[in-house]
Formats: sequence, structure tokens, C-alpha cells
Amino acid sequence: MTRLNLDQGQIDRARESARRIAHRVFDEMSQYTTTTVERATLRLMGVDGVDDNQIPLPNRLVAHLQEQKLLPHGAAAVVAGAMEEHGLTAQQVAEAVAAGKLVLAAPKHDKAARKSAEAIAAKTCDHIAAQRSLRAQQIDKVGEARTPWLYLIVATGNIHEDIVQARAAAEQGADIVAVIRSTGQSLLDYVPYGATTEGFGGTYATQENFRLMRAALDEVGAKIGRYIRLTNYCSGLCMPEIAAMGAMERLDMMLNDSMYGIIFRDINMKRTFIDQFFSRMVNAYAGIIINTGEDNYLTTADAFDAAHTVLASQLINEQFAYISGLKPDQMGLGHAFEINPDLENGFLWEVAHAQLVRQVFPEACLKYMPPTKHMTGNIFRGHIQDALFNVVSTLTGQNIHLLGMMTEAIHTPFIQDRFLAIQNAKYVFGTMRDLHDEVEFKAGGRIESRAQQVLAETVGILADIEKIGLPAAIGRGTFADISRTMEGGKGLDGVIAKASDYYNPFPDLMLAGAN
Amino acid sequence: MSEHLTNQIAENWVKPYGDTMNDGRVQLSFTLPVALDENAKEAARQLALEMGLDEPAVVHAEDMGQGFSFYVLYGQCKHRVDLSRIKVAKPEFETLDKEAIDALIADKMGRKMVFLGACIETDAHTVGIDAIMNMKGYNGHKGLESYHEVCAINMGAQVDSEELVARAIEEQADVILVSQVVTQKNIHLDNLTRLSDLLEAEGIRDRVILVVGGPRITHELAKELGYDAGFGTKSYAEDVASFAINEWIKRHAA
Repeated sequence: MTRLNLDQGQIDRARESARRIAHRVFDEMSQYTTTTVERATLRLMGVDGVDDNQIPLPNRLVAHLQEQKLLPHGAAAVVAGAMEEHGLTAQQVAEAVAAGKLVLAAPKHDKAARKSAEAIAAKTCDHIAAQRSLRAQQIDKVGEARTPWLYLIVATGNIHEDIVQARAAAEQGADIVAVIRSTGQSLLDYVPYGATTEGFGGTYATQENFRLMRAALDEVGAKIGRYIRLTNYCSGLCMPEIAAMGAMERLDMMLNDSMYGIIFRDINMKRTFIDQFFSRMVNAYAGIIINTGEDNYLTTADAFDAAHTVLASQLINEQFAYISGLKPDQMGLGHAFEINPDLENGFLWEVAHAQLVRQVFPEACLKYMPPTKHMTGNIFRGHIQDALFNVVSTLTGQNIHLLGMMTEAIHTPFIQDRFLAIQNAKYVFGTMRDLHDEVEFKAGGRIESRAQQVLAETVGILADIEKIGLPAAIGRGTFADISRTMEGGKGLDGVIAKASDYYNPFPDLMLAGAN
Repeated sequence: MSEHLTNQIAENWVKPYGDTMNDGRVQLSFTLPVALDENAKEAARQLALEMGLDEPAVVHAEDMGQGFSFYVLYGQCKHRVDLSRIKVAKPEFETLDKEAIDALIADKMGRKMVFLGACIETDAHTVGIDAIMNMKGYNGHKGLESYHEVCAINMGAQVDSEELVARAIEEQADVILVSQVVTQKNIHLDNLTRLSDLLEAEGIRDRVILVVGGPRITHELAKELGYDAGFGTKSYAEDVASFAINEWIKRHAA
């Protein structure tokens, strides 16, 4: 489709504002680490498992380092020092500490400890890089779907049941399977352990569950001749740890927003900004595509009035992503088809918004979300709403396409709901495959004018945010009409000021090696 | 007309309508956990018969893979219902939607309604209180934070009753929302009673609408404990908010 006529100068100005906004936050947050960043570091160094009370050993070890007042120096060198001194693995150090048999102290030979921590980290990085190459090989071997990729959700609470549903979904045409997490996991300050069979509205994200689902999708992908991407939720109080687990187990996508937790889960701002940086760095290195959560803004704020807040947030998310080493094709910037169906010409505005995002982020792996807010028990109308959403997606070249379910407002999908949703999307994508090549936007027409208006508003709001800083802007309820403060929310107690000799081997290795 | 006949309510039988009165035409779709073949299709038709549909017709049948098949059917419903005999019991309050609640608060209170929420004492499980209070809500039902006319303050987990009462006074809370999810030896009952007693002692019990929620909570239990209402599972923000504004209006009408 010919492009909308947009002012490149405005796009550049908006992007520059977003860059300065993100860098200012990053510079202020660089002086802190968090308990979950340190736990993720330990996981990447090989600490796993739980104690007799089901408390994960990374939590036990980090709690111990806090008691010993060692955490501000970073967990890596202290643990590496203990490994050297006692001839133990990282896992054995954790077990000994948890059993009360070992009390950790600052390493005797700091330089040697750092060197050894770096060597362990490099080995993990090699493993993650190998997983990344394996993904590329698999895609090469079994092939991959054309975009928009169809994204389906499983949410049984039982990983084994999820696997049955995921296989069925893949056979029916899903290109991406997301395993919804149990309600409330985002607010747990630890990651549960092992294969799990009970959850509330979803399945716990655990490393073992990741491994089981990955194996199942590899198997079904080989059978149907299409690599099936696996998605989970790198959000909440344990973002960095989930990222570490996903990187080791070859997940392909992670929901990973720089601000979602602050706004929608009332997680502390500092905690989230620090955690998102580390988790995105791991995702970047692992070749994982992140999905951002701007679509959620439109489930609370009005999709027409708040369209510019979506674009502004996407630009900020993009800049945070760059800082963490993510490449544009790893950025699944989110937006949604949520305009009130009763609004006259609403479909035109949906086209305008989706095309605007496409043009502002030409290389991004855009994530487009179906209608949810205005779905009702009228499944017949709902099916049409989903069809119109499918039209916009293919017309504007979206990449990750969440399937809309006509029973969205009623229940978690029945098997036929999924089946009909895939049929709907495939019909629309097929029958309109090249429509985008055949039509042009009317210069100065309604759609183009609307896109220009949203862009202009975005430039304005980013300039305002830049003036007061992102935390203050969030405090004013800029996004989703929700206000949060720097010192409020959950997880602030896990924010730790770094000592001057703080050490973590992963940023150097991962930021240099992401490509 | 005889006495007997005038007292009798006129019958008013209804059944589904397609294009002719009392044709009973309905549509139906479902999945069978078997691959599609002629036997499966016949099974779908017979199922419709068993459901009380005359002359069922499978108008569409499709294999879904993985040993499942999908059916669309039409048939004529045998049954009918007498509308004149139906009496639906009305709930104590009507659950309104978010817009209607906002409008009602704006209209009747002329200011934001202040909801103060917390998991009290030992309880660290905020799933329930977050589902009601937080923007995101639960199961597609937005939380109180998303209501324009509500000031929703979520104090989170393990809040002391004293702390909660102090905050209620400070914020001039209209509604106190307490969640108790996890219990051990019915400690949740002691916790709840203690809070109610504290509010009495501070002399603000009558000023606040006191609501408790949780999987073991029923409305009867809440009343016994001195609360204004109790909400169990499958309650959403709009249920709690509808009750609260109704209760407020009731109290201020007097």
C-alpha cells in the first residue's frame, strides 16, 4: 500500500525526545541493582532448585548475601570466590548456604573471583548463543509461517494439558503459542520450581514448564513443517529471572514491557526500570522477540482519544529496548483494535493508527491485539469485529497477530472458538493477501489526516514528558489514565544501591554479543 | 365470568420463533471429540434429538484435526414455557456497569467515592483485593482504579488493622474493602472481628461501608461478623461498587 504522507521531521523529533527520556531514566537507575537481578545472575551461573520449604535456592542465596551485607557488591564475584575457595559449583555453594553449612564473605582475591565469575558467565552465554543458533537452524529446516503470524493462547493451569491444547492449536494453524501465566504470578517475588499442574487462569512460568512446552512444540513443528514460536511472560517482580530461564530454554517471545508492571500491577517504578533493563538485555542476547503492552492502555483509556499515548509509549519502549541491545526486528511493539464499534468511521481510524505505527517502526515486529473491550455476549457481532481486525492487520502489514475470539467476553476459549478464529483469520489473510499493493491512501483524506493528527499529538506529549521526566509523567496518569509514584508500589524493598565495586559479568558479555 | 376464572392468571406459553409462530426453530453448534465421519455426523444429529429438537439437521460438519469435529445444526424445539408463571427473584441491589456506577456516584455524591482496600493481618494473598481494586481487574472486569468517580487506594498485603483504620480516617474513606484469602484455624474470622471492633472503638463504624471478600466469605457470614456485605468468588469490581453506592444512597436518604 502506498504510504501515508507523514512528516519525517516530526517522527525524528518524537524519537529524539523518547531517546532522551529513556536515557535519563537509565542513567538514574544505573546506580541500583535489585534482588531479582542478582537472583537472575545466580540462575545464569547455574543455581537452581528449591529448599525443603519450596523456597528457590536463588532466593535463599540472595537473602543470605543481604544478611551478610554483600549484595551491594553483586552476587557474582562473592559466589565465584566461594566456589574457588571451597572447590564447589555455584549450585553446591547455594545448597551449602541454604543448609546453614556455609557463611559467605567478600572474596579473598577479588580480581581472581571476578575472573572466575566471568568465565562461568561466558559459558552460560555460549549455551544461550547455541540455543539461538539452534532456533535459526530449526527455522531453516522446518520452515516458518508468513506474517501476520497467528498467535494463540493456552491457559489450562496444567502444563501437560497445555501441551495437548498447544499441539492442537499448532495443527489448526497457530504460528505462536503463548502459555498464559497463573493469576498473581507477576506479584510473586520468586519463580516457582518444576512442572506444575495447578494454576488459576493459567499455568505457572517455571523453567521446567518452559522446557516441556519447547520440546512439544519442536515435535509438532517438525511434523507440520512450521517452526512454532513459544511465548511467555517476562513481567512482574521477577522479570530478569524469567528472562534468564527463557533464554536457557529457547523461548522465542516474551511479553516484556518497560512500564506495564508499574501501571497495571502497581509494581514500584525503580524496581521495574532496573529489572526491565536486565531482562531485555538477556532477551536481546537470546534472540527473543519482546512484546510490549501498549494495547492495555486502550482497555482502560479510550482507544480514539488516547491513540497518541500508545505511539508515545512505543517510542519510549523502543529506546529502552535499544539501550538493552535489542534490534528492531526483536521489538514486538504492541497496539490494538479497540475503538468503539459504534463510532462512525471507527474502522478508518483503526487503519490510520495501525498504518501510522507500521510507518514509524518500519522494521519492528509489530504486535497487533484484537478487540476485547467492546466484545459482548453477541458472538455473531464479535466474529465480525474480529474479521475487521483481521482486515486491518493484513492491510497494514502487522507481524504478530493475536487471534480474536468471538467468545472473548464469555469464557476462556473452547476448542471450536479457536478453530473458528483461525478460520476467520486465514480466510481474510488469504482473500486479501495483496490488497495492500492495490490500494492507495487518498492524499489529505480522512485516514491520512487522522494519522498526522496522532503523530502531532505524540510529538507534543513526548515533549511534555521530556520536560518533567518519565516518572513524573507516570505520576500524572499519562498512560492508561493511571497514576503511580517513584516510591510507591510493590517491590521497592528489593531495590539495592550498588557499592562502588559492584560487579556483574553479564552486561559486558551480553551487550557486546547481541547481534 | 366466574370467581374461579378471574383469579386464574392467563397462561402465556412461549417457544423459539424462526419465521412462523411456534415453529420452535433454533440453531446450535458444538464440537465432538471424535474425527469426522458419517457415524459422527449421525451422532451429532441424535444428540440434538436427545436435547429436545425435532427434525434436527446437521447443516455443517467439519473435521478439526487431532480427533475433533465441529457441527452446526438447526432443529425445532419441542418444549415451551409459560411466561405467566415465571417470577425472577430480584437481588438486594442491582449490579450496574462501570459507566452507570460512575454516573450514579457523580450524580448522588457529587465527588469521588473513596474505597480503601487491604489484605489484613497475616494474609499475604492479594489476588482478590487486586482483582477488585487494580486497574487491570480480573476476567475482563476492570478494577475500581479504572472508575473515574472512584478513588481506589489499595494498601496491599499484611496490613495491620490499626494501620488500616488510621488510613481510613486520614483518607475519609467511604468504603473499606477487606480481603481474606488464606486462613489457618479460622484466623480470618478473628482478624475480621478485630477490625470491626476497632472501627467501633474509633467511632467511625457508622461512617464507613464495611465490605469483606474472599473465597470462604458469604454474605451471611459477613453480616454475622458485623460487616455490611460479603462477597465470595466470582464477584467483580462492579458488584462491590454497585453495592457500595446503593448502600451510600440508602444511608443518605434517611
